[in-house]
Amino acid sequence: MTVEQRVLDQIALSRDEYQMVVERLGREPNEVELGMFGALWSEHCGYKNSRPLLKLFPTEGGRVVTRAGEENAGAVDIGDGLLIAMKIESHNHPSAIEPLQGAATGVGGIIRDIFAMGARPIAMLDSLRFGPLAPVSDTPADVEEATRNRHLFAGVVAGIGWYGNCIGLPTVGGETGFSSSYNGNPLVNAMCVGVAKAGSLVKARADGPGNPLILVGADTGRDGIHGATFASVELNEQSEERRPAVQVGNPFMEKLLMEACLELVEMDWIVGLQDLGAAGLTSSAIECAAKSGTGLRIDVSLVPRREAGMTAYEVMLSESQERMLVIAKRGHEEKVRDLFARWELRSDVIGEVTDDGMARIVDGAAEVACVPVRELTDPPQYRRQGVAPEWLRRLQETDLSLIPDLGISPADASSRTSAEAALLRLLGSENIASKRWIFRQYDHQVLTNTVIGPGEGDAAVLRLKGTSKGIALATDCNSRTCFLDPYVGGAIAVAEAARNVVCTGAEPVAITDCLNFGNPEKPEVYFQLEQAIRGIAEACRTFDTPVISGNVSLYNETNGSAVYPTPVVGMLGVLDDVRYRLTMGFKDAGDHVYLLGGSGAIGLHGEAFQLAGSEYLATLHDTVAGQPVIDLALEHRVQELCLVAARADLLRSAHDCADGGLAVALAECCVAGKIGLNASELPVDGRLDAALFGEAQSRIVVSVAAAKRDSLLTAAAAANVPVCALGQVSGPSLRVAGLIDIRVADLENAFNSGLPGLIGASAGQT
Amino acid sequence: MRFAIVRFPGTWSDGDCFHVVTELLGQQAEYVWHRETNLDGFDCVVLPGGFAHGDYLRAGAIARFSPVMDAVGRHAAAGRPVFGICNGFQVLCEAGLLPGALMRNDVLQFRCEWVNLRTETTRSRFTAACAPGQILRIPISHGEGSYYAAPDVLATLKEQDRVAFRYCAEDGTVSHEANPNGSLQNIAGILNEARNVLGMMPHPERAAEELVGGVDGLLLWRSVIESFVLSR
Repeated sequence: MTVEQRVLDQIALSRDEYQMVVERLGREPNEVELGMFGALWSEHCGYKNSRPLLKLFPTEGGRVVTRAGEENAGAVDIGDGLLIAMKIESHNHPSAIEPLQGAATGVGGIIRDIFAMGARPIAMLDSLRFGPLAPVSDTPADVEEATRNRHLFAGVVAGIGWYGNCIGLPTVGGETGFSSSYNGNPLVNAMCVGVAKAGSLVKARADGPGNPLILVGADTGRDGIHGATFASVELNEQSEERRPAVQVGNPFMEKLLMEACLELVEMDWIVGLQDLGAAGLTSSAIECAAKSGTGLRIDVSLVPRREAGMTAYEVMLSESQERMLVIAKRGHEEKVRDLFARWELRSDVIGEVTDDGMARIVDGAAEVACVPVRELTDPPQYRRQGVAPEWLRRLQETDLSLIPDLGISPADASSRTSAEAALLRLLGSENIASKRWIFRQYDHQVLTNTVIGPGEGDAAVLRLKGTSKGIALATDCNSRTCFLDPYVGGAIAVAEAARNVVCTGAEPVAITDCLNFGNPEKPEVYFQLEQAIRGIAEACRTFDTPVISGNVSLYNETNGSAVYPTPVVGMLGVLDDVRYRLTMGFKDAGDHVYLLGGSGAIGLHGEAFQLAGSEYLATLHDTVAGQPVIDLALEHRVQELCLVAARADLLRSAHDCADGGLAVALAECCVAGKIGLNASELPVDGRLDAALFGEAQSRIVVSVAAAKRDSLLTAAAAANVPVCALGQVSGPSLRVAGLIDIRVADLENAFNSGLPGLIGASAGQT
Repeated sequence: MRFAIVRFPGTWSDGDCFHVVTELLGQQAEYVWHRETNLDGFDCVVLPGGFAHGDYLRAGAIARFSPVMDAVGRHAAAGRPVFGICNGFQVLCEAGLLPGALMRNDVLQFRCEWVNLRTETTRSRFTAACAPGQILRIPISHGEGSYYAAPDVLATLKEQDRVAFRYCAEDGTVSHEANPNGSLQNIAGILNEARNVLGMMPHPERAAEELVGGVDGLLLWRSVIESFVLSR
């Protein structure tokens, strides 16, 4: 065999896989052909490690119109003749090397996935993870790491804002988390949501031999070559050399492309539309042909170039942004090209659909590649054996009762942390603190559909003009929980995302997911991946929220160390009447506050196990340990109750208990509503830290007008959900059980100054 | 009343303005592509927000050369209303229809949030429906909104009562803390000398329905429509 290891490394094919290519072709591939195999057989395009596991997801449901994997994104029917298309995708490795462009082009890519279906994008969300912003110690290495993390964080936020703001799409929500496991390998997951009329979606197909392939948008350059491959290997010290694999974005061009494509799909001139993403023209054209069982012929000499001297290999693998492939009906070429010309965009016929099942690439008169389409799109699939690591059991079985509890009186406060100090510390911690520093840099209002914006509720809510409906959108994943138990953590990611949309009064309908994991060739990582997928699948069945689209990002490792398993769930909820939406803030003095789904009817009871994986343990005791648990049946009942109560207009506010537990949730309700809570009579027994800051699942804080208390309690009894009366909205302070008495203004200050304080002088005004 | 809503490549508040003018206020509106050279028959021209021509080089710097701008200039010279919002304000300054320039926000970041504006003059067809000094809650969404003009221009604006809005606190105090972008004298919007051209950075089309956060922006649109009705 003549191929050099260096060549295989560049395209991340193993020698066995190369041998498989040779056997399938009956000959050695040439350079262009090998490049195409490398791209399409990469994990990023070919899902060779994850596809067998993804089959575990429930993908069917009454509302599903486009299933996961069928098209660029999934779609559901929400009634009133409207479809919602959505997808989440990662751009982790590019963002690790060049945060601004890496994040920006991640946004651009996911927007193209939505309008490639003929759906008009209406909202973006982002799920981000970084290493800590403050050094974990004074050592030069840790100081340098934190400096780098701040650089990545600021760059990613600026990149997302730049692209979304310029193209005119609102970034309405998302989440940002921090942990040392993301040092050097941040996660940048972007989600786009679009709306289309029922029956109007277009497909990414290349039917009809003789139909022309028209490339539109930006010229093709040398940027992003091997991007799909780069996404499928671990990062290390040499990764900086991969900088040329990061693409450069042009949101202005994409805005024109989006408007032109959305106009085009109204015409009857095309058979298919596909964006050029990972592996560029290669994957875009060949995936369309594979779906249609056709072949294609592309003449790379017809592809407009940004620079002279590009080879066929470079043209086929370029990941230059803002390009789309139109598969037009023969005879309609000129009309299509005129339409793009009106939008001041270039378009060129670069080839045609054929009937022989071959991907034939020519460069003028010379044939440079000719391989069967079905071989390119049929990568080997690996069913690996996951192994639970030895250390995991030790972490899960850690005796959390050995952790010293909070001090109960000012007298113990000298030796023990007080509840008040713990609360203020948590409110200012990077994972819990207000994300206003981020979202004020994003246009979250353009298109004037944003009814609940960032920071106002547990999910973003958009109205759908011309209907009474609204949609709620949230992303969620508690990666610390996934690290401690990937199965339970996966289920919790779905449960929390569903709870978030339920807390706005919306019914959970479907999810999209982005599975961010380490190297699946390592048995413990494969174990995490498989378990998380199984957990997500079970929770999706419980809530009847099928997986309609998603993305897998593996090899998230830096110098051999994997990120926390981070299966991000993007949830879509529907409100039949957007007037009955809920926000998190307490509303009026005198409203009664209840905890739905807590441990009992009378007061709070804290036990050490509730601290498992909590922000409290991580922040105040530098400990990540314990066994997370969730009772999906209880969770479902709690969510149903909240939904029923919201629809009956019983509630004034709703907010889930998540990071930081009940005390943080109550503080957030006070800060958002700018009013206090008197829960001073609330009985608390057992461990104080667990009662206040434990992160038991399936709990929602609601407030209700006095006149509607009985209706709520009746509904709760009927739903078999435990309810605990916490107190009444009142006054300028949050007062809890004689342990906490803090002015809302002080809570707000801790909450709002956390991130600006950590990011430093560049925070700007507060 | 008939509105022309100008679309440059990269404009994105066009649909939001269209929605307010037609759906909420029952007027007629048409989108006008930037290559149009004729605005006859339109009563008001709106230059909406966005990133015209990508705002490459400098916000509005390329848009001023779009063919439609000659027609916008003629429309303004004829005394008919021209309403420049956000990017539209930037374009009007670049085109010389309004004095001064919009520079990068002093915080060096994009800012999208609700701000308070103090109505500095009601003597215009855009603010006639406001009470003198009325505080309006309207969002901003821009990266280059820091208003700058030479001292003599600022003096003229003041002297001729041409500052339409200033950024202020909830209680109306015009303070440094209430200035989101470093604009000189907290200026958020200005009028031309003939008072028929308004440029402002905040987005009144985003404050036209309670459902999406507030209705104070409607006062501006209503002013334009009522002044048109009165002028007939």
